[in-house]
Amino acid sequence: MADSAWAAGRASAFPADSEAPRHALFVRATHWIAALCFLALLLTGFEIVVSHPRFYWGETGNVLTPPLFKIPIASSRATVPTGYGYVLPDQNGWSRALHFQSAWILVLAGLVYLVFGSAGHFRKNLLPGKADASLRALGTIIGNHLRFRRLDEEQASSYNALQKLTYLSVIFFLTPLVIWTGLAMSPGFVAAVPATVRLLGGQQSARTIHFFVSLALLLFLVVHVVMVWRAGFTKRMRAMITGSAAHREAR
Amino acid sequence: MKSISRRKLIATGLGAAAGASALGVAAGLGSKYGLVPPDHDGLYGIGETLSYGAHRLLASNSLAREFPRSEISKTPFPNEVAPPSETFKRLQAGGFADWRLDIDGLVDRPGSFSLAQLKNYPSRSQITHLACEEGWSYIAEWIGVPLSRILDAVGLHPQARYVVYFSIQRDGWDSLDLTEARHPQTLLAHGMNGGELPVGFGGPLRMRVPRQLGYKSVKFINRLTLTDDLKKFGKGLGSASPEGGYAWYAGI
Repeated sequence: MADSAWAAGRASAFPADSEAPRHALFVRATHWIAALCFLALLLTGFEIVVSHPRFYWGETGNVLTPPLFKIPIASSRATVPTGYGYVLPDQNGWSRALHFQSAWILVLAGLVYLVFGSAGHFRKNLLPGKADASLRALGTIIGNHLRFRRLDEEQASSYNALQKLTYLSVIFFLTPLVIWTGLAMSPGFVAAVPATVRLLGGQQSARTIHFFVSLALLLFLVVHVVMVWRAGFTKRMRAMITGSAAHREAR
Repeated sequence: MKSISRRKLIATGLGAAAGASALGVAAGLGSKYGLVPPDHDGLYGIGETLSYGAHRLLASNSLAREFPRSEISKTPFPNEVAPPSETFKRLQAGGFADWRLDIDGLVDRPGSFSLAQLKNYPSRSQITHLACEEGWSYIAEWIGVPLSRILDAVGLHPQARYVVYFSIQRDGWDSLDLTEARHPQTLLAHGMNGGELPVGFGGPLRMRVPRQLGYKSVKFINRLTLTDDLKKFGKGLGSASPEGGYAWYAGI
């Protein structure tokens, strides 16, 4: 009960009422749908890259064109000169189907999140507040992270400025960009909206940017999971699954 | 543990029933208006249907980008995946004079076209992007007779819904809905970059579908058939691609 009293006593961005969930239902639901979709997209995206692990800039590129760079792995196609003496099994069929299906589900879940989130979640939980705005405050947080200082209870019920900025950039920059660059590779979509690819400088540029944005999102995923682990894996998982706040444990 | 109230249970039941019937109605309407692809069954059917349905609903008539001559790739990649058969080599030795495009199925005037006959139709030339599902691409000029002209020449039965096309290569067959088949940029291509269509790029005759990925542009075409139902062909999935795990609709 001490924890409850403590939580009720402080001005938190999150409701202190012990009945109120740590994360709203729509946040939890869309979080896990997005997490599953993203894992599927990563795996299948990698499989698709394996069929042509070379990247180009501009509109066109193939094995007869010098690449911008290549990933030093074997390919699932014999036509790609990789330097390896073997060809990996072709996984593109199901990978492509799962990639696009996951993308659809992610986009639909994202729309649900945007609609519900605009009612206050973005402003209350993600937008950095006045206290977060100073560079010094941000510097302190980064310093604490770099020194692997134990996360204090303060952070159990609201996000710090660095977290807020990270989540905001994943939600409003990296994810839209990965969707845009993905659509810019679709011949049907590009025929309908040519500007999607023109603004990126060509379909091969879109593919290359898509790859790097995916790497950035993968980096986010790794850091995110490590931070959840350090902050108390069980508590955080429970908060994101059942919604129950950490302080309920005291009962 | 909260008990679930009767009201909540009834509301949930009604909601589920409404949802299920809405899905049923959507499936019926989608099928009626040609928004459901032949490979809509199975684990990934939802994704395939959403992509195909969205494209047909929102962008049936859009045109693929066409490029200036200066953008034509210096090094197009032929991707010759299978060696030509003996029959093909014999036809090639004869300069493809005996190559025929047979057209049958739901048409008023089934027939057989030689390359010379096809070339007598007004041709269209377009410089478009060809992207392989693997990720590589090139830009080339394609010269050919719009498929819609040939469909007009043979006359379609009103119940015809798909054009199924076959390659001289075994297992090389695919199909297009009439929206794509009648699209002005869908060509029976016999020329490339100002010359004949090289064998490596599908010569003497190749389907060119610039709004879809390269595998839809099947090489060495020698037969078209018009049908009302793709279930009659192969495993009923619309083309050889879904049988190998690839989507029938490749416009993504």
